[in-house]
Amino acid sequence: MGRVKTIARRSFLIGSAAIAGGVAFGTYLYKREGENPLLADLKPGETAITPYVKIDAQGITLITPRADVGQGAWSMQAHMIAEELDIDPATAILSSGPASAIYYNGVVGAEAMPIAATSDTILARTGRGAADVMGKLMGLHITGGSSTVPDMYDRLRMAGAVARETLIRAAMKQTGLPRNQLSTENGCVVLPDGLKIEYLDLAVAAADIKPVQDVTLRDPSQWRYLTKPQKRTDMVAKSTGTLTYGIDMVMDGMVYATTRTNPAIGGGIIGFDAEAAQTMRGVRDVLPISGGIAVVADNTWRAFQAAQAVECDWGPSPYIGNTDEQFDAVANSMTDDHQDSRFKDEGDVTAALDGAKVIEAEYRIPYLAHAPLEPLSVVVKMTDTRLDIWTGTQIPRFVQANMAKLTGLDADNIHVHVIMSGGSFGRRLEDDYIAQAVEIAMQLPDTPIKMIWQREEDFTHDFPRPLAMARAKGAVKFGALDVFDLSIAAPSVAESSLARLGQPAIGPDVAIVAGAWDQPFAIPNYRVTGYRTPAMVPISSWRSVGASGNGFLHESFMDELCHVAGVDPLKERLRLCWHDPSRKVLEAVGEMSDWGSDLGPNRGRGLAFTLAFGVPVAEVVEVTSTDDGIRIDKVFVAADVGRVLDHMNFEAQVQGGVIFGLGHAMNCELTYQDGVAEQDNFHAYEGMRLYQTPQIIVRGLENGDKIRGIGEPAVPPAAPALANAIFAATGQRIRELPLSKSIDFV
Amino acid sequence: MKLTVNGKTHEVDVEDDMPLLWVLRDELGITGPKYGCGIAQCGACTVHEDGVAVRSCQLAAGDVVGEITTIEGLGTPNTLHAVQEAWIDLQVAQCGYCQAGQIMQAASFLDLNSEPTDDQIDAAMSGNLCRCGSYPRIREAVKSAATKLRRV
Ligand code: FES
Ligand code: FES
Repeated sequence: MGRVKTIARRSFLIGSAAIAGGVAFGTYLYKREGENPLLADLKPGETAITPYVKIDAQGITLITPRADVGQGAWSMQAHMIAEELDIDPATAILSSGPASAIYYNGVVGAEAMPIAATSDTILARTGRGAADVMGKLMGLHITGGSSTVPDMYDRLRMAGAVARETLIRAAMKQTGLPRNQLSTENGCVVLPDGLKIEYLDLAVAAADIKPVQDVTLRDPSQWRYLTKPQKRTDMVAKSTGTLTYGIDMVMDGMVYATTRTNPAIGGGIIGFDAEAAQTMRGVRDVLPISGGIAVVADNTWRAFQAAQAVECDWGPSPYIGNTDEQFDAVANSMTDDHQDSRFKDEGDVTAALDGAKVIEAEYRIPYLAHAPLEPLSVVVKMTDTRLDIWTGTQIPRFVQANMAKLTGLDADNIHVHVIMSGGSFGRRLEDDYIAQAVEIAMQLPDTPIKMIWQREEDFTHDFPRPLAMARAKGAVKFGALDVFDLSIAAPSVAESSLARLGQPAIGPDVAIVAGAWDQPFAIPNYRVTGYRTPAMVPISSWRSVGASGNGFLHESFMDELCHVAGVDPLKERLRLCWHDPSRKVLEAVGEMSDWGSDLGPNRGRGLAFTLAFGVPVAEVVEVTSTDDGIRIDKVFVAADVGRVLDHMNFEAQVQGGVIFGLGHAMNCELTYQDGVAEQDNFHAYEGMRLYQTPQIIVRGLENGDKIRGIGEPAVPPAAPALANAIFAATGQRIRELPLSKSIDFV
Repeated sequence: MKLTVNGKTHEVDVEDDMPLLWVLRDELGITGPKYGCGIAQCGACTVHEDGVAVRSCQLAAGDVVGEITTIEGLGTPNTLHAVQEAWIDLQVAQCGYCQAGQIMQAASFLDLNSEPTDDQIDAAMSGNLCRCGSYPRIREAVKSAATKLRRV
């Protein structure tokens, strides 16, 4: 098979000046709703058919605006575009694109609303619509809440389809052939005689054509990439040390920096003595920054050493500084005047408890650090007229706006280049570290600066997952659950993180009760109440947000009540569950784990279920109680995301989520003494290691009505399934995380 | 001082106590080895000294006696080492930040023990943290690489 129109390639190169500035091609759905941000920066010879597809002589660039923090978002976004564009994603160049309102997130806002994912009432639909409008109006270019696939599934396929159809239109113009004689195949338009014209050779012509808007998406039966096991586009680079993370960026004339701010959170700096540090080898500057100091040197390690040598006079933390007192504050906030929400209130709990044999329990969960393995790092360069920032971030437009405020530059002159993150778990929803680097850059203009935090700085300056407490009351009747009354108190993540973005938090904070109030069970008397603890140390979103801890609170008590009622926890959940996809994951996990069969002595099984981010997930953990402690043998997981687009990565995300949930439940907590986090490196915050890792068997179900993301939903049920398994094996009910405070692990 | 890294000898002018990790990353521009903890807790910085896995954050430049190999020297995208091949086949990496260290650890381990038991794999690989939880696939990839290497 030959190629025709090689002349077109030449004309492309020659004629490229003609399309400098490019031609705007909107995507199908959002055509008139925003400028294509790629057009502003088009170089000669580049065409941007949609905000997601750019073609130049080098090849086809796919724009993947949702950040990749390890969950595979870049690869998945590329596959969604490529499927409709009809190219092999492995051959495409991927780019995050600029910070732009057009890349707004229309889904994530709904997570902040008290709308159960299982609800399809008019009110629920209106609320979700409002989230989309809000996302668009605010230009929320943000990654999080397992929203990439649900938010981008249609948009990216449409963008690919529009680009493909427009390229076909260009081929029609060039060949004079009608539409019905042309098809596409793997980056080429195919002519009736089998000859092919490469997309690259059609780019110039396509730039002159109004993008075709009336496209039909392929039927899933014709998909070549989606729903098949994919090869992630970053796998080779990540297996050969050739992927450049923020921490690896190198630029001409670059200097190396690190910062130290008051370990007593928010305490500020009174003064510092840099005399010793200044004279250390390689040290260029010791500079003041908000709340601390920065050292600029010719090598990261030298900067680290010098930063330690600066004598700082720190102020005291303004927050409640000790974890005992922090828990007291949480306990004291379970009062009427702190009530934040009661989204679930079915039956009559008060009346039903009256005269019943009341079962009561109190649970605690700790602050947790994000601690992605890549310590926070960023490269910045500032001149009189512009600021460039290279880093992994989930909030490029907030970064732009906040750094505009900090520097006085126009937001348009702030360029955020989003690169791969070595993990995040929510940490890169914050831009505190970027602001520090920019403060250095303001004092050292025209110099590229790579700022890396020491791991100790990273641990002690996290915005952790908040601690929480729950008080539960329940009763059983005739061998069945009758009353389930859960009160959860915690500080508000929304209040804390929105304050940092200069936004007010309006209304109740759904995260305080997420993963508890919205569970699909018809318990006759069922109530979930949220209490808001007044703000303490600043906190933020952590993988699976509110549900990360509420899964433990809800599902531990569920298990306790089943035990008192003498009913099987799986059968009872199935009896109570009214949501079909949720029933199916429960049934699946029961079948996978051979639930009910005899495990032998000193062994036990625990079940937990959480519906979070619209994804019902059921997990069964099997443990053995050995002389050396608890050994986790196996985990079975069934989860329903509506449609599994990539079975390979689906399994990886579920396994990773389970390990994240189990590892932190086993042995992680962040505690404070005088406002200073006491765990400052991985020796004190281990999580799970390979020898402790169970076999994790995963099944993806597809009964849900909408497509969902899987980065987070597997986390919440892991901790309670483990605690329930420990109870089954040992009879010991543990109501406080981490479990290692109460029991040993192998 | 002189350092041989990936078959190339470099003259570097650094303090004796600068950890090898930072010599590699900031003096020689070899960024495959990663900084994760700086205190021998995570393994992200793992490289080989004469074929044996060492934590480069703990090895002072002045104490380096052997030849250093980093992930870049183990294999490249075009000439993959069997361990890297297994890692790609099984799609191990998530964020990938730990994986250079994991792969270097596995390669050295398999060099010393070509027919490892499951327990030996667990023991050898447990010093390398993966915050993303890719452990099940790391385990599988080590086994698969062992088979591949035995066939070579
Ligand atoms: S950086 Fe060397 S072991 Fe963590
Ligand atoms: S893949 Fe992210 S730390 Fe291992």
